[in-house]
Amino acid sequence: MNNGTFVAVDGVTRVFPARAGMRDVHALGPVDLALSRREFFAVVGPSGCGKSTLLEIIAGLQAPTSGHVLFDGTVVVGSVPRGIGVIFQEDASFPWLTVRDNIAFGLRREGVDGRTIERRVADSLALTGLRAFADAYPGQLSGGMRQRVCIARTLVLEPRLILLDEPFGALDQQTRLLMGDELLRLWRETGATIFLITHALDEATMLSDRVGIMSARPGRFLDVVTTGWPRDRDSKIVAAPEFGSITSHLWSILRDESIKAIEANPVA
Amino acid sequence: MKHGFGIREATLVRAALLAVLVAVLEIACRTGLIQRFTMIPPSEMVVSLVRLFQNRDVLADAGQTLLSVFIALACALVAGFAMGVALYAFPRARRIADPLLTTYYSVPVFVFYPLLIVLFGLNAIPKTVIGFLYAVVVMAINTLNGLERVPFVYWKTAQVHHLSRMQTALHLILPCAGPYLFTGAKFAIAYAFVGVIGSEFILSTGGLGYRVSFAYNNFQSDVMYGVILFVLVIVVCINMALYAWERVLMERRGGR
Repeated sequence: MNNGTFVAVDGVTRVFPARAGMRDVHALGPVDLALSRREFFAVVGPSGCGKSTLLEIIAGLQAPTSGHVLFDGTVVVGSVPRGIGVIFQEDASFPWLTVRDNIAFGLRREGVDGRTIERRVADSLALTGLRAFADAYPGQLSGGMRQRVCIARTLVLEPRLILLDEPFGALDQQTRLLMGDELLRLWRETGATIFLITHALDEATMLSDRVGIMSARPGRFLDVVTTGWPRDRDSKIVAAPEFGSITSHLWSILRDESIKAIEANPVA
Repeated sequence: MKHGFGIREATLVRAALLAVLVAVLEIACRTGLIQRFTMIPPSEMVVSLVRLFQNRDVLADAGQTLLSVFIALACALVAGFAMGVALYAFPRARRIADPLLTTYYSVPVFVFYPLLIVLFGLNAIPKTVIGFLYAVVVMAINTLNGLERVPFVYWKTAQVHHLSRMQTALHLILPCAGPYLFTGAKFAIAYAFVGVIGSEFILSTGGLGYRVSFAYNNFQSDVMYGVILFVLVIVVCINMALYAWERVLMERRGGR
């Protein structure tokens, strides 16, 4: 691991043990990857290639079959290290709590004092544009707003590494673009490192400093593309000529892998 | 354009329909369309109910019934919840229990009443046990339903927030399964009443069910209808309170 590496994934594989009458499933790897501090890294790949498995291994939600993950120099084993926040594709907001209480959830569990909770929740509400909805319940909000609640709940804990597993997967295209802008702004303002899993090539191109392209199962990195965007960017870059060429390049590599994935699992 | 009508209008229509039904019954009883021997006018039922409130024996019976229901219900809620959790935690046990759970309510539990009298004697225990047997499984089934509907993402969220098992249960799983637990408890209350009052009606020597049965056998229509009205008032009051509470809870969740 070199000195600038914040997250290192070294020779990670994941094999799911056989179930009755089935063979072992080699889902992932071997995968090697190094993320720098404050980097925005996206992963694209065909369905079932092990993207989410990789994210969960980095988060400490799953153990690798072989290899290891280092987060800020410490091996990730058995639990989610402090400083890592995870945002899932599914709506993980708590419908029985107000937006404010949703955001304060993690701080309360950590025993942070009331005044600090109030201040940090207020900051997080402002950062995610949810101030006007602080006392609403998630059920009264749109899907995009609920995802913002989950983002705010993660940001309030001030993570140094944010892992996002297709966070905008359930949203329409316009909302995705706007949420992408929000995410870029939050990334700049918080200084966190972001690891994003997405199916959308344009989203990966627009948001990231680098895009990792994974093969069909067992997922390995076929290529890592550097986008070369400035840090201060937004969704307007979709009009840049390089945007189309980067997205085309991603697709040219991914196309065959997607066909392989469909042939291997025609029901998916 | 406003479609349909709101809760207030629905309540008004419901109350109006009930008032019309009561008025029709009153007229039918007063004009002899329904014979006094079959049913007394609703107004006399109310008078009888008021009179019953002054009768210490009836109040003692009401106390006995409510105590049995309370004990049956409390035991059913605790045991049903524990059963639901156990079935959720042990899928093998769940596979074994599944057919039993789905056919449970086709078994007429009242047939065990004589057996329970042999076991526990002619006292309040057999009817309490029947109330418990009626209420426990519905609570278990709803607990299991609730736990099965906790999204998997909440378990992962619990890990991300470093929650212990107890914290996960208290802060995520129980609130998430709350509406199902509430439904289970609501049904359990109704079933506990059915079990206890039904048992009292059949064989017991005390309680509101026994009072109805005694009045029926002695042609005391006014007492019988007064007690029936009393039971109805209690059950309706409890259900209305639960319904109002549930509405508040569901409104908070934005109908989700």
